[in-house]
Amino acid sequence: MPDQLLFAMEVTLNGLMAGVLYSLVALGFVLIFKASGIFNYAQGVMALFAALTLVGIMEGQVPFAHLINSVFGTDIHHFGWHVPALAAIVLTMVLMIAFAWAVNRFVLRHLVNQEPIILFMATIGLAYFLEGVGDLMWGSDIKTLNVGLPQGLNETIDRVTYEAFGYGFFIDNLDIVATVIAVVLVAGLVLFSQYTKQGRALRAVADDHQAALSVGISLNYIWVLTWSIAGFVALVAGIMWGAKSGVQFSLSLIALKALPVLMLGGFTSIPGAIVGGLIIGVGEKLFEFLIGVHIGGATENWFAYVLALLFLVFRPQGLFGEKIIERV
Amino acid sequence: MNAMSGNTTTADGRKIGGVLMEMRNITLRFGGVEAIKDISFDILEGEVRAIIGPNGAGKSSMLNVISGFYNPQVGEVWFRGEKRPPMKPYEVARLGIARTFQNIALFDGMSVLDNIMTGRLTHMTTGMLAQAIWKGKAEREEVANREIVEKIIDFLEIQHIRKVPVGRLPYGLKKRVELARALAAEPKLLLLDEPMAGMNVEEKEDMSRYILDTNDEFGTTIALIEHDMGVVMDLSDRVVVMDYGKKIGDGTPDEVRNNQEVIDAYLGVAHD
Repeated sequence: MPDQLLFAMEVTLNGLMAGVLYSLVALGFVLIFKASGIFNYAQGVMALFAALTLVGIMEGQVPFAHLINSVFGTDIHHFGWHVPALAAIVLTMVLMIAFAWAVNRFVLRHLVNQEPIILFMATIGLAYFLEGVGDLMWGSDIKTLNVGLPQGLNETIDRVTYEAFGYGFFIDNLDIVATVIAVVLVAGLVLFSQYTKQGRALRAVADDHQAALSVGISLNYIWVLTWSIAGFVALVAGIMWGAKSGVQFSLSLIALKALPVLMLGGFTSIPGAIVGGLIIGVGEKLFEFLIGVHIGGATENWFAYVLALLFLVFRPQGLFGEKIIERV
Repeated sequence: MNAMSGNTTTADGRKIGGVLMEMRNITLRFGGVEAIKDISFDILEGEVRAIIGPNGAGKSSMLNVISGFYNPQVGEVWFRGEKRPPMKPYEVARLGIARTFQNIALFDGMSVLDNIMTGRLTHMTTGMLAQAIWKGKAEREEVANREIVEKIIDFLEIQHIRKVPVGRLPYGLKKRVELARALAAEPKLLLLDEPMAGMNVEEKEDMSRYILDTNDEFGTTIALIEHDMGVVMDLSDRVVVMDYGKKIGDGTPDEVRNNQEVIDAYLGVAHD
């Protein structure tokens, strides 16, 4: 097999793995958008905040240490203990649920029946508020997140492909784990939404608020539930990205990469978010490999957005989105 | 009090019981506008009670008060012998009061079957995890719910569209699916907001038959709003007539038909 083709295959596989992470972030957007029609700009920051909190709890960091020290003149930074990863994940999830509740109680409940643009603005405010809180609570230095996921070259794949093609593929263990977790997560979400009472209620609320109320569904409960699930998805995404490239504030920028994913997949489709993420992941890696090298590289920065722009022109509802028909 | 209160049997053999719901001195304001002015009436168990009146009389507002979408500024709502505190619509639904809407509120993206299944939500008790993995009690519950839903689908003769997404159905069938969803809740009180609005004569006849059969077979108490006097007179045991937010008549169809104030409101007289 020609080398070029082998390289392309390896790049494609790596692209798929990267795409899984895009999909995870996009999934959080889709969940909230479906249930409440809100485009939650804060989804990326939620992932960041979850990752920050997770590291903070694991390391036994004192929250708001900087603030406490400057007010009381003390000098405390750490509790001096380490919390096991699993317990820390559970604690972080509890905090994300509390956050979901607070967002509904103090922000969204006051904005019921407002224009979508106003809700969108509210989530922008929320994003910067949460970023600020994250900074204040845990500090702004780059942290390493190690929850015990395997990392580095997968030797089995390397060996098998070397024996088969005479060229060993470089696939990161972490990417494989991320893929498996994403598949489990999506399968779980599908089961939940198709077969549980809460899932049915969630789909009902997404479809028609009035009708949902009339069959005994509490909108507030469903919204808190949705934001909690989105918080959970953010936590998973935060762990993956954090483990890959460290927990830093640029993590919140991955939210922007989710935008073209959503334009491709459609804002209301869970499979769309998955497929969109994979297409963008593979697309940008292959484009960089095949064409990027001839035009000076760094195409990964813009490729996704240009692809999304093309989609907006030819298929504005995305691959799986509901077709928008305006009757006149 | 009129002749029909208390435990009686109608000419066609249906049982009418005691008071199921009572509205006492309800006043509802939107800003300075009084949509409902000091109205009282009751609904007896097992009867078909109609609320009629010209456009803007406050009929829909009254239905929205009963179903908890509006809470009145003045007055009390009594249900099954207890005073009902101000409630959210979903809490009212859980009390066993189901409703349909004038402009149809269905879940367009879901199939007919799934739509009707949402009517069973108030009856589902098993845990989230059990349902997701579909075992034991959750499975039995789902099967039992499905049986009830299938019975209603048969009853309303919509077997042929069970799997069709509701968004694709014509208007008349949508109205029927909405009725099916409300019935699936096995309500103690069924509220119908203009069930015949926008229908042709044939569809109106079908719907009338379904409403009467519902009342007859399941003994469901029904309160309905209707515009069309003729339809209402055939359907209902007793009628409340509203005009400009006030109650101007209350009684059997015959009593109401001969009430001068009601005739004036419908035909229009010069107010001096």
